[in-house]
Parts: sequence; C-alpha cells; structure tokens
Amino acid sequence: MTTAMRARGAGRTNVDRFLTLIRVTLVGLIVVGLLAFIAQQISPDNPFAKWTHDGEAANRLTWAQFRGLVVTGVSQGAMYGLIALGYSMVYGVLGFINFAHGEVFMVGAFTGFIMSNKLDEAGWWEGIAFIPAVILTVIMCTLVATATAVLMERVAYRPLRGSPRLIPLITSIGVSFFIQNVVILLFGPGAKSYPQPPAWLKEKHTFLEIEGSKIVVFVVAAVSMAGLWFLVERTKTGKAMRAVAEDKEIASLMGINVNRTIVTTFAVGGAMAGIAGILWGLVFKSVIATTGFLPGIKAFTAAVVGGVGNLGGAMAGGLSLGSAEALAPLTLLEPLGVSGVSQLRDAVAFVLLILVLLFKPTGLFGERLSSDDRA
Amino acid sequence: MSATLDQPDSTTTTLVSKGAFDLDWRRVFNTGGLLALGLCFISLAGMPIGLNGRKLIEPVLSLGYLSLLWLPLVIGWTVGNQTVLEGMAATKRGPRDIVAGAAVGLIGGAGLALLILLVNNFDLRDPLVNWSPQLLEVLEFDAGDKVGRTGFGIGLWLIASTTLAAFGASLHLMPNNIRKAVIAATLTVISFAVFETFVIDVVDFLDDLIYAKRGGLKVWSSIALGVIAFTASLSGAGRQVGAYKQAYQANTGPSKRTQTTTLVLVSVALLIVIPMITGKITQELFANIGIFLLLALGLNIVVGLAGILDLGYVAFFAVGGYTTAVLTSPNRGDSWPDWFPLMPWWGALPITIVVAGVVGLFIGAPVIRMRGDYLAIVTLGFGEIIRILFLSDWLGGYFNGAQGITNVPPADFGFMEVKGTDPRAVFYLVLVFAAISIYVSWRLERSRLGRAWMAIREDESVAEAMGINTVNMKLMAFVVGAILASFSGAIFAAKVGSIFPTSFLILISIIILVVVIVGGMGNIMGVIVGAVVLIGVLGGPKQPGLLAELGQYKLLIYGALLIWMMLQRPEGLVPNARRSRELHQDEFLQDAWLKGEVDTDDEDLPEGAQA
Repeated sequence: MTTAMRARGAGRTNVDRFLTLIRVTLVGLIVVGLLAFIAQQISPDNPFAKWTHDGEAANRLTWAQFRGLVVTGVSQGAMYGLIALGYSMVYGVLGFINFAHGEVFMVGAFTGFIMSNKLDEAGWWEGIAFIPAVILTVIMCTLVATATAVLMERVAYRPLRGSPRLIPLITSIGVSFFIQNVVILLFGPGAKSYPQPPAWLKEKHTFLEIEGSKIVVFVVAAVSMAGLWFLVERTKTGKAMRAVAEDKEIASLMGINVNRTIVTTFAVGGAMAGIAGILWGLVFKSVIATTGFLPGIKAFTAAVVGGVGNLGGAMAGGLSLGSAEALAPLTLLEPLGVSGVSQLRDAVAFVLLILVLLFKPTGLFGERLSSDDRA
Repeated sequence: MSATLDQPDSTTTTLVSKGAFDLDWRRVFNTGGLLALGLCFISLAGMPIGLNGRKLIEPVLSLGYLSLLWLPLVIGWTVGNQTVLEGMAATKRGPRDIVAGAAVGLIGGAGLALLILLVNNFDLRDPLVNWSPQLLEVLEFDAGDKVGRTGFGIGLWLIASTTLAAFGASLHLMPNNIRKAVIAATLTVISFAVFETFVIDVVDFLDDLIYAKRGGLKVWSSIALGVIAFTASLSGAGRQVGAYKQAYQANTGPSKRTQTTTLVLVSVALLIVIPMITGKITQELFANIGIFLLLALGLNIVVGLAGILDLGYVAFFAVGGYTTAVLTSPNRGDSWPDWFPLMPWWGALPITIVVAGVVGLFIGAPVIRMRGDYLAIVTLGFGEIIRILFLSDWLGGYFNGAQGITNVPPADFGFMEVKGTDPRAVFYLVLVFAAISIYVSWRLERSRLGRAWMAIREDESVAEAMGINTVNMKLMAFVVGAILASFSGAIFAAKVGSIFPTSFLILISIIILVVVIVGGMGNIMGVIVGAVVLIGVLGGPKQPGLLAELGQYKLLIYGALLIWMMLQRPEGLVPNARRSRELHQDEFLQDAWLKGEVDTDDEDLPEGAQA
C-alpha cells in the first residue's frame, strides 16, 4: 500500500516530509536514549547524565535489576502473545479486529478467580493438590473463554458478515463495553483477589532467579503455543483454517464448511485468551472488570508488531512488546532525564505500535492476509 | 431491508392459514429460553433492586419492575414477526400468534420462577453480588410472610410474563390505527413518568396534579394520560403531524427556504426561553446535552462524513480543556515561564482552537494513511497517551498530574458569567457554539470538501482516482473535528472550574461514538436527536440524565444499544439517505430485482426501492 502511494506521488507532499521528520525524531530519541543508557552504565556521573538529571549522578542499573526487568517483560510478553494469537487468527480469517477479544481474556481471568477461590475453600489451592487444581482451573478458564468467544461470534459478528469493514469493528467495541459492564454488574465493581498460592510459586528458582509463577507462565505458554502450532499446521481443521484465511470462496468450493471454520477460529483464539487470563491471575493475583482493556490493546499491538495473521509473529511480537515495555522506561527514558518513568509504561506500548506502523506496517515477520485484503 | 410486513401485499404473496396450536415449536422454545435468560440476567445484574427506588406509577410500577417487564412485551412482539419475502408463502395472522406469544412468555416466566426457587434454596452470593435476600424481596413483591410469598411471587411472574408476551404478540393482530394508538398511549404514560423532573420543572402546577408525593404518576393520572393519548392518536393527531412533515419534505419550491428559516428561528427561540422558566436541574441537563452535542458534532464530521473511525477523540476534548485551564487558571503548574500570560476565557479561546488544530494535525498525520481498523486502534492509543501524559509526573510541572488544574475562572462576558453554579449561562454559551458548529457542519457537508469526504467514505481508491487528495482531505476532517471538540473542552473547563485527567477517559470517546451512531452517522439532525435522547435520558459518563437512578446500568445500556443498532439499524435513528443506501445496497438491489425493476447499472437504483 505504501509503495503504491510512493509510486503515485513523484513529488513528496508535506505530509511525507512531516512523517520523515517524525521518523527521524523518534529514531534519534531512541539512539540518544540508548547511548545515554550505555554511558550511564559506564559512568553514572558523566556530563550528559548530570545535565539530564539536574546536576546529580544517574542511577546505574544493576545486573539483578536488569535481569528482573527482562524476566518480567518476557513473562508479561508471553501473555500478550497468547492474547495476540486470537486477534491474529480472527484477523486472518475475517479481516477485522475483534476489539472485544481483550474481554475474552478478562472473562478467563475472572473464571480463574472464581474457580481458585472455590478450590481454595475446599483446601485444594496448596501443597500437592495445587497441581490438579491449577490444571482444572486452566481447563475451566479455557472452556468459559471459548464459550464467550463463540457466543460473541454467533450473536454479534455472524449477522454482519460481508458488511463494510468498520461496522463489525464498531460492533466489537460495543461488545467489549457490554461484557465489561455485565461482569461489573454480576460480580461487583471491585478488584477480586486470587487466593495465596503455595510458597514455591513465590520463591525464586534457577540461576536466573525466576519466580515460580513466571516459570508456570513460560511452561504453559510454550505448551499452548506448541499445541496451537500442531493444530494449525498438522491437522485437517488447521488446514481448513488456513484455507479459509487464504480465500473464503475458494475454500467453500473445496468443500470446507466456512462457517464452522470461522467458529473454530474464534474458539481457538478464545481458548488461548482464557489461558492467558488464568496466567495473568496467577502472576498479578487480582482481576477487575477492566483488566481486559489495556492488555487487549497491547496484544493487538503485539499482533501488529509481529505481522497480523502470522501466528509465530504474534508470539514474537508479544515477547518483544513485553520486553520493550518493561525495559524502555528505565533504559531509554530515565537516561534522558524523564521523571516518573514507570507511569509511562503504557505509553511505551502505543509508541511502539506507532513506530511499527510508521516503519514497517506489515510487521516484523510480514502479514498473512486473505486475498481481499491484499487488493 | 427484506420487507417485514404486517399486512403482506396480497397480490404477490399467498397466505397459508394454520391452526392455533400448529406452532413452530423450535422457535418458540428458543425465543422463550432467550427471554428466560434475559430475565434472569437482568435480575442478577441487580436492576430490579437498584432501580426500585424510582417510582414510575405510584404504587404499581417502579423503574426496577419496568426493567424486567419490558422484555416479555418486546420478545412477544418479535415472536410474531414474520419475514415475508415477496413471492413466498406467508402464514395468515390469527390466534396462533397470541398462543405463540403466551407460550414464549410462559417459558420466560418459568425461567424467572426457577431463579426465585434457586435463590431461595442455594447461596451463590460469593461470586454473584446480587444473589441476595433483597433480590428475593423485590422478585416476590415483598408480599406478606415468608412462606406464602414465594408461591405468590412465582405465580405472579408467570402470569405477568405470559400476559405481556401474549399482549406483545397480539399487537400484530390489531388494525393499524388501534396498534398505533395503543403504542402511543403506552409511550405517553412512560414518557410522562420518566420525564417527571423535567415536566415539573417546566410546568410547576402539574406536580400535585398528576404526580404522587413520593414521585411517580398517580394511578388515575396515568390512566387519564393513556386515554388522552389513545383518543388523540385514534382521532388522527399523529397523521396530521405526519402530513405537515410530508408536505414540508415534498416542498421543493422557493417557500421551503422561508419554512426552514421559520422552523430554525422558532426552535432557537424555544431553546432560549425554556431555560428561563425552568429550574436548575433542567438547565444543568441542557448544558450537559449541549457539551456532548458539540463533541458529537465534531465526531460526526470525522466518522460520519469522512468515515475515519477515531476512537481517541476524547484527546481533543482534553486538549481543549487543558489549554483553556493553563491559559486562564492561576493554579496551573509551576513550570510555566513567568512571561506566559494569564488571560480571560474568551482571550484563551482562539489559542485553544489553534492548539487543538495543531494537535489534530500532529495526531492525524502519522495515522491518516493507515487502514481504517488500524487507524481506530492507533487513535485509541493516542487518546490514552495524551491522558497518560497529562497524568504523569514528567509533565507534572505543567499540568499538575493527578491533582489537575483547579480554580479555572468563569468565562466572563461582562453581561454574563459562565460558571458551574449557573448552568443557564453555560447552556447559552453552549447554544452559541452549537449553533456555530451546526452551521459549519451543514455548510461543510454541502461544500466541495464535504463531498470529497463522502467520496472518501464510500470508496477511498475511487475517490483518489477522481483526483481527490485523500490525505489532505482526511487531515482536514481530523482538524475540523479537533477544533469542534476543543470548543467543548473550553466550555467544560469554565463550567467545572477544574480539569482532571480522570475527566478524559476513553469511555467518553465511546459514548460519543454511540451518540453519533444511534442518532445517525453523517446526519446533523440525527446527531442532535442522539445527543438529546441518550445524554438527556441516560446521561453522560459522569453526568446524570433524566433517569439519574440508572447510574451503573447506564454503560451496560450504552453497550447494548451500540450492538443492537449496528445489527439492526446501522444507519441510525435518523438516517442519512445516502449513507443508508451505502449500507443496504445489497438489499436494495435484491428488492429491485424481485420487483423486476433491476437495472444493469448498479448506480441507477430506483428511489422507490427503499423498503
């Protein structure tokens, strides 16, 4: 799309110049920030650091702090990646952004809250019983999230197939708003806490000193990713999904039940979001009805970063987004003398989205879109 | 629109009569199940409890009960709906419809009865906050002793649900004029009950006359109102109004201009006079409607005309508010240099406009070439970034972070001071700006720029091929929208007297979007209707509407409305003719084909094809 535009306008317009200016400024800021960070790590009281910090020396980041940031970022990123898979798959098949996908994730986290509390009352949330309890919770979360996603498709999106692109998008905003408020009204507006997990989830393990809960995140995310890969690449259902993503009409001529395949796509995406939901609960130990909003948008960002429609890309995008979000405040902004950097975490994600769309709109690994989108 | 007809055209359709109990049972069970689920959900969401305090007809009906009772009525009506395709056989209307309605209502009532039994015997209060004795009290009508009342409640719900659904279905059987009269009577009674504060505010003596002491209509007055509306409708009052409207619309001669001018002048005069005779509550309501109307008019240009889904629209509202606050309030952040001036509100206004326009350019330029859906999310991101920046410590020296900027002085015009304690002045100021915005939108829509926007909305590639500079035109839409929103922000700052980051949540963008969509995208009249109906009745995110009791349920209703509108009527309540043709093109083509009027050329649709 951009190449076509460039080919069209032989002379560069003011908008083009302005965009170049933005690109140069952003890259410049990132480079300066990184250089300042390196300089600060070498000598915290170098002149630039003193200048940006009003005459005082900067804080050097210790190895342990850095490692902590990376682990947090990657584990958060794995969850974004799991949610991003749903966006990516639905976008690949239907070509629209399911804005309400973040709410599916939230519903998963809420189911996790209810299950874990009930299991805790029964005395299952500790000791050796914890493992079957968690597995049971994960299954329940997956089921409920899948049901939510499928219901959503049936009620709100199926009747809109073939309508102009913005219509299902606006509908999905409504769905998102609706689900959020349904949860607030049914379960109350306050934050819900998960019960205390067994001690080994809180302790730090291995030479990387990773918290147990984050190890669980990595393991579960890896297993789900492998399962998804198997489903999409090695089974008949997966083949049908890829075919429908490629071209709906031809797929239906080949005897594929397009409707059912779309439902399956929603279901699988929902299942991934449900798994992400319970993982979120295990790490942050609390959930609120608006939990789905920001992670949802960030997961969309992750999907775009990796290239929409590209499943491996979605996970990679999630991991890079999570790391960028965890690292950028302290390694880019703080050396530049920005104060209160932790408040700007959420802004980092959006700036990353804008960066990717400015430099490489197809994402890091390229988009895989159906033929009507490429046109 | 595949024609949903009540009296199908007998020339093209054959009618099949069926026995009263020869129902489509599958459909009845599905719809009944849906009704049961709906009733249980509304109960568990706590609406009957939370809204019970608002009496509509004392002592018979409260808003809480209405929140349950409307559902069987509407579902009963829909179960009688038939999609009659031309040339296909349709079922003849008859008692069968009523039986179907009653069956659906019975299933729904049984669902609610089951819920009552469950709440009585199990305790699920842990996750479900409304699984409580209060819910039982309301559902069992708070009747008498513990033992008898469960049975009483269940019985009454079964009867009520069945009757209402059967009644809803029977609406299909009534002759057209009777049905209209019944609907008119119901709507009149409910409107009078809902608009109680407004009615009392305008016509004081009605308070004791038709309203009860504890709020709500008296029983006899609601019956009287219903009868008046019924007879008025039967006697053809509605037809009279409709005839005037048609005559006005059909008028294309030179007198149309005079008629339009008179209409506008009369409505402006009314808008000036009404706040003078009403109390504070109505004035406040008008002021809120106006502020949201300004926002919606701006978004209408961006979404409705140019077809750019801007979800971060609240950013411009925030920029308008903050710029005004920084320029007028002595309590702005300490980091501003000393030479930075403090000025009166009207002095700050031009600067606010310029700042908003520039921010519009800055936000617009990077996103303008993105695909529509990417653009939506990126603008949403910008909306969040701007709020995060206003909230941050980093810029805290300028905007005071979470503490916000307090002490924004009133807008002083010499003859009138616009401040929060004087909602009437706020309303007049809003009225002036709304008039400007409406005029600007109206002229723009018919200008070269407006036509370019609509062309872009309909097909960007074609518009580009026609020689429209799409990038510049879309940027213009962004900037105009931003400026209109900044008016609203400036007035908001003067009205509230302080500006906090929490006043500018993404929620506002979404609510304005609902206003524009429900009213009718791309139609100024639609946007006005949307703002008056939604903000006036339901209220804004923090501002109460006429149904102030709705509170927490408001947002749920907004979400449901948005979904429902997109599914059923994406062109809005007051549709823009061209836009609705875009949305329903397939159906127009199909209808035209069925009528044998099909043209090889898609563009030449017969005007009469609008079902």
